Amino acid sequence: MREITYAQAIQEAMSEEMRIDTNIVFMGEDVGVYGGAFGVSRGMFEEFGEERIIDTPISELAITGCAVGAAMTGLRPIVEIMFSDFLTLAMEQLVNQAAKNRFQFGGQTTVPMVLRTAGGSGTGAAEQHSQSLEAWVCHVPGLKVVIPSTPRDAKGLLKAAIRDNNPVVFIEQKLLYRTKGMVPELGDEYIIPLGKADIKRTGKDVTIITYGRMVQRCLIVAEQFAEQGVEIEVIDIRTLVPLDKASLIESAKKTGKVLVVHEACQTGGYGGELVSTIVDSEAFFYLDAPVKRLGGMDVPIPYNPHLEAQVVPTEDKISAAVSELL
Amino acid sequence: MNLSKAKQKELYYKMILCREFEETAAKLFVQGKVHGTAHFCIGEEATGIGVCSALEKEDYILQTHRGHNQGIGKNMSVNRMMAEFLGKANGYCKGKGGCMHIADFSVGSLGANGIVGGGLPIATGAAFTQKYKKSKNITVCFFGDGAANEGAFHESLNLASIWKLPVLFVCTNNYYGMSTHISKSMNISDISIRAESYGIKGIALDGNDVISVYRETIKAKEYILENGPMLMVLNTYRWMGHSKSDAQIYRSKEEVLEWKEKCPIKLHGEYLIEQKLYTENEIKTMQNQAEQEIRDAVSYAENSPEPNIENILDDVYA
Repeated sequence: MREITYAQAIQEAMSEEMRIDTNIVFMGEDVGVYGGAFGVSRGMFEEFGEERIIDTPISELAITGCAVGAAMTGLRPIVEIMFSDFLTLAMEQLVNQAAKNRFQFGGQTTVPMVLRTAGGSGTGAAEQHSQSLEAWVCHVPGLKVVIPSTPRDAKGLLKAAIRDNNPVVFIEQKLLYRTKGMVPELGDEYIIPLGKADIKRTGKDVTIITYGRMVQRCLIVAEQFAEQGVEIEVIDIRTLVPLDKASLIESAKKTGKVLVVHEACQTGGYGGELVSTIVDSEAFFYLDAPVKRLGGMDVPIPYNPHLEAQVVPTEDKISAAVSELL
Repeated sequence: MNLSKAKQKELYYKMILCREFEETAAKLFVQGKVHGTAHFCIGEEATGIGVCSALEKEDYILQTHRGHNQGIGKNMSVNRMMAEFLGKANGYCKGKGGCMHIADFSVGSLGANGIVGGGLPIATGAAFTQKYKKSKNITVCFFGDGAANEGAFHESLNLASIWKLPVLFVCTNNYYGMSTHISKSMNISDISIRAESYGIKGIALDGNDVISVYRETIKAKEYILENGPMLMVLNTYRWMGHSKSDAQIYRSKEEVLEWKEKCPIKLHGEYLIEQKLYTENEIKTMQNQAEQEIRDAVSYAENSPEPNIENILDDVYA
């Protein structure tokens, strides 16, 4: 094992897959010589050249659609949308075309593409560069949706996404790009299949179901509670679609107390789906308290750092929510 | 470039087959046998048929919602088109797409699109693959005058231009976006001049002259493989309303009649007789043959099974 950053892990996943499959191309705004807005693809242009690492004009709709067309004709494109907020500009091709073309054409085609994008707040980028819009894409049958929380998961899940024959929306967390974590040595190949949750910490008293940047925060809170003798189980769902419902239900049955945490605005957020997964299942009969959810406030992400930090679940807010369950 | 007698016949036959297909489909509506909507291209047959008859199977097309002529031009099966129109399991999309989404990947049709301008970005991707794989084929993207005002038009023509992608952008200008005349939706009358702003070649043709459309497509393909994308505007006219629910209060009967005089089938039929390529009797025989082919298609479609709800989840994911 060795320690690398989340951004490096993503770059390694793309590069390793590109070395074994020449049908993979990577395109996006400033992904070439510049190495991507967050430096994720640094070095790839030098290794793979301009035929496979392609700088695009600022045309999110066209580059997403270009990936759809390339995927339907035999390539396996990866497209980078610089900020997940810009999904708004790519949505037509992602939702009406990528997600539906296999179904609406009677199974005649596949759309094996990955749309990588950076989501989340915390960088002072304000309202139009900080959103967590994953619920939108989870609502569209035909798309798969992945949000990794560690370098190890990011690499293994991205390799699975690239090999998947469906359009996969891979939402990276911009605040995690520089964080480090242990990852298997180069050459020790591993893939993390889509649709498998990961228990990041085991516990018997409370279950926290979360994903993305909030995983680390929930683990810190779990440590604090452990000092008081409360054992929190933290489940990182990793893949929102398909969702590993069985793991969530099993944990809820064990602890009887469930908190759902995500950064995205609470109303209409994916947390509602996670809560429903528990209460719609046999786990309901094991619950000792109402299932709680803690999402971001229903406001746009503000600029001022103190304000920005307070509109998403903080350690304090998570602790308070856990305490209410106990 | 002279067209062979067989090619002349092919162009004529596909046009009457398409006309027969749609007139029959319209009747099926009246009989209450079709659920949903349809967008007929009667009057526009020379566009898709002229273009697609000039292509090889390996060339791709992206069709529009008004695309039966494009599909028949590309040799799609009228049986499976009709079955899809009736929502049957043997239809091209297993009854799940309807005629707005017909596709036949085996003949190079990457599908019709219900979103105005939706095919334009996809066409750049198909052409990207062709260029990446160093193939000698092109992608043809059909869209209408209405789509020329979508952002997708701008982004796609620009992308294709800078990457020199082998795309023929074919704008079927029928002068109306649903009810709105192009004079109310753009400040130019010749859409082809937009090509210049992307640094690509643009031409405008009489879209009712099937021979001219065919010839110019052959030339365009050669040009595109050498030089990159091109915009071809085909001026034509939609005889019927936008869809089945259109009362057509926005245009005069005189205007429609004027265009009916320029019927692409009539023009080409007269030409075949004038040039002594075919006799009136032979033309009549072709007409009978087309009518029979469509009767067979209806019978194929009516005898096809209904799709089963048990298969509804098929193809949501691969």
